Amino acid sequence: MTHAASAAAHHTSLGLDSRKMAFWAFIGSECLLFTSLISTYLVYKGKSVVGPYPHEILNIPFTSVSTFDLLMSSLMMVLALAAVQRGDMRWGKIWLFSTALLGLVFLGGQVIEFTEFVHKGLTLQTNLFGCTFFVLTGTHGAHVTVGVLWLLTLWVRALQGKLTQANAMTVEITGLYWHFVDVVWIVIFTVVYLIQ
Amino acid sequence: MNEHSQNEHSHPTADVYLRVAAVLVILTVLEVGVFYVPVFHPVLVPVLLVLSGAKFTLVVMFYMHLKADSRVFTFLFGAPLLLAAVVMVALLFLLLGALTLRGAAGAG
Repeated sequence: MTHAASAAAHHTSLGLDSRKMAFWAFIGSECLLFTSLISTYLVYKGKSVVGPYPHEILNIPFTSVSTFDLLMSSLMMVLALAAVQRGDMRWGKIWLFSTALLGLVFLGGQVIEFTEFVHKGLTLQTNLFGCTFFVLTGTHGAHVTVGVLWLLTLWVRALQGKLTQANAMTVEITGLYWHFVDVVWIVIFTVVYLIQ
Repeated sequence: MNEHSQNEHSHPTADVYLRVAAVLVILTVLEVGVFYVPVFHPVLVPVLLVLSGAKFTLVVMFYMHLKADSRVFTFLFGAPLLLAAVVMVALLFLLLGALTLRGAAGAG
């Protein structure tokens, strides 16, 4: 199937790709999910009656590196899309794998951070900060995990020759998910880590 | 030319993606810098919110292609985002206001 034929097969009456349209609606619903979690964090901010408190435990330099890592993964993702759209599958595979790898590095950082917090006495049950912090960042981490699995699946399909220029829309939709995860982290980094 | 092909052709080039990434890194460095410089502490929250908002907008406009894509996608993303923002502000007013009033009543 050619690219044009593939695209035409999924068009809505508006002339837009139905998968992309559905995915934007899904992202809209995800906005509401994360807003509810961020709101809960903000409402209970500063209401913990026992420590550890945010200023005692949050490691800004470490999280800044994680933030940089996730921003760079978004760059890799758009470069992967650009490569697939122009039919350069060699670079498409490289950038897709790089995106997944940076996603894994971010997840590794989150595992280290959570482990350190637990060792310092902060768990889901410790106080309101622990409860809202772990639920918010844990939900984000779960989304990153799904994104990494999705990216690795695409990468394997590209290695098998099953992902071609005709599937550029699939890569674009994966990119939308990945960038959404990135923008959520941009908000979390500011609201949770920097505004203490 | 249909809308689909128009959208594809209007996607930014790799050069634009790299420039956006450079701006995102600079904004992140500024965010962390502002956090550590005591002079900025009185205006820390608004400055951080503006920097964060700029990063959010850049990613959505250029990496998620909303700047060039159909307005329908902007609506599908923007409408729930607006609703979410309104709900968040309402919740903060409602619950933080209630907690503050309860605290004031307790103190009085």
